Amino acid sequence: MQQAPVIHEIENEYLRKDVPEFRVGDTVRVSVKVVEGTRERIQDFEGVVIRRRRMGVNENFTVRRIASHGIGVERTFLLHSPRIDGVKLVRTGKVRQANLYYLRGRTGKAARIKERRG
Amino acid sequence: MLNGILGRKIGMTQIFTEKGETIPVTVIEAGPCVVTQLRTKDKDGYEAVQLGFGEIKPRKVTKPIQGHLKAAGRLVRFMREVKTTDLNAHTVGDVVNVDIFQLGEKIDVVGTSKGRGFAGVVKRHGFRGGPATHGQSDRHRAPGSIGSGTTPGRVWKNMRMAGRMGNDRVTVQNLEVVKIDLERHVILVKGSVPGAKNGLVMVSRAAKATKK
Repeated sequence: MQQAPVIHEIENEYLRKDVPEFRVGDTVRVSVKVVEGTRERIQDFEGVVIRRRRMGVNENFTVRRIASHGIGVERTFLLHSPRIDGVKLVRTGKVRQANLYYLRGRTGKAARIKERRG
Repeated sequence: MLNGILGRKIGMTQIFTEKGETIPVTVIEAGPCVVTQLRTKDKDGYEAVQLGFGEIKPRKVTKPIQGHLKAAGRLVRFMREVKTTDLNAHTVGDVVNVDIFQLGEKIDVVGTSKGRGFAGVVKRHGFRGGPATHGQSDRHRAPGSIGSGTTPGRVWKNMRMAGRMGNDRVTVQNLEVVKIDLERHVILVKGSVPGAKNGLVMVSRAAKATKK
């Protein structure tokens, strides 16, 4: 749907410009600010981007990571949220789908993604 | 102090606070409004300010309305009356902007809800409808019983039934002003606001705001 220009201008003020370009299939490290009581620290979450939805300030992406005991963990982050300290591109990946939901049914060798070059 | 202003609903988005919270907001283009008439105790029996808002082509304004707006110096599309604490502070032709509100102030928003046409009882009144299974036919969204038999022998007044829904005047109370942009004549209000995009809304100070 066509967005009103005024909304676009307002949203632009809240967009962050320091995120690297990354695509679905890439491996990223997301630094999240975690509040524990009164203390705030930064927690990293590294994994494959399996989905990226571009919706202005509401742009979000889902990262899938295989945690201990082979259990898949997916976290969805609001890209422009101040809670996100930063996103770092670790590895690029070559994929043919926009959403990598097929990874959910795969483990080990079958869940590999080829590296994208150039 | 003027109690309210007219505006146009632009749409919704979300913004972030410094703490990192995400707030859903409605963008309202409010003003610039122009004072088109003053209602006085002597003449009208009550005090109010008539505000005008919106652009309109001159050929679409009737001659009587053009005459009415002559003193205001500008043609407007909508006119509504707004309360004020001091009528003497206003004169016809004054321009009213969004800066009558403050950041964090509680406001009420009046709009016209989206028309739903002839809506059934499930949509209109939140009825549960009939059972989905166990051999039911044509009962899935039916209202059920609408009353007793011979006594009273009629259906009670105000029985909730299907009918026209929406396109009503709706007020949402105690919304918070999150941001004011005087340059763009825009205020951001926390939460949703009745009506479709581009619909006329009236923003006023909250009638029932709890004092902090």
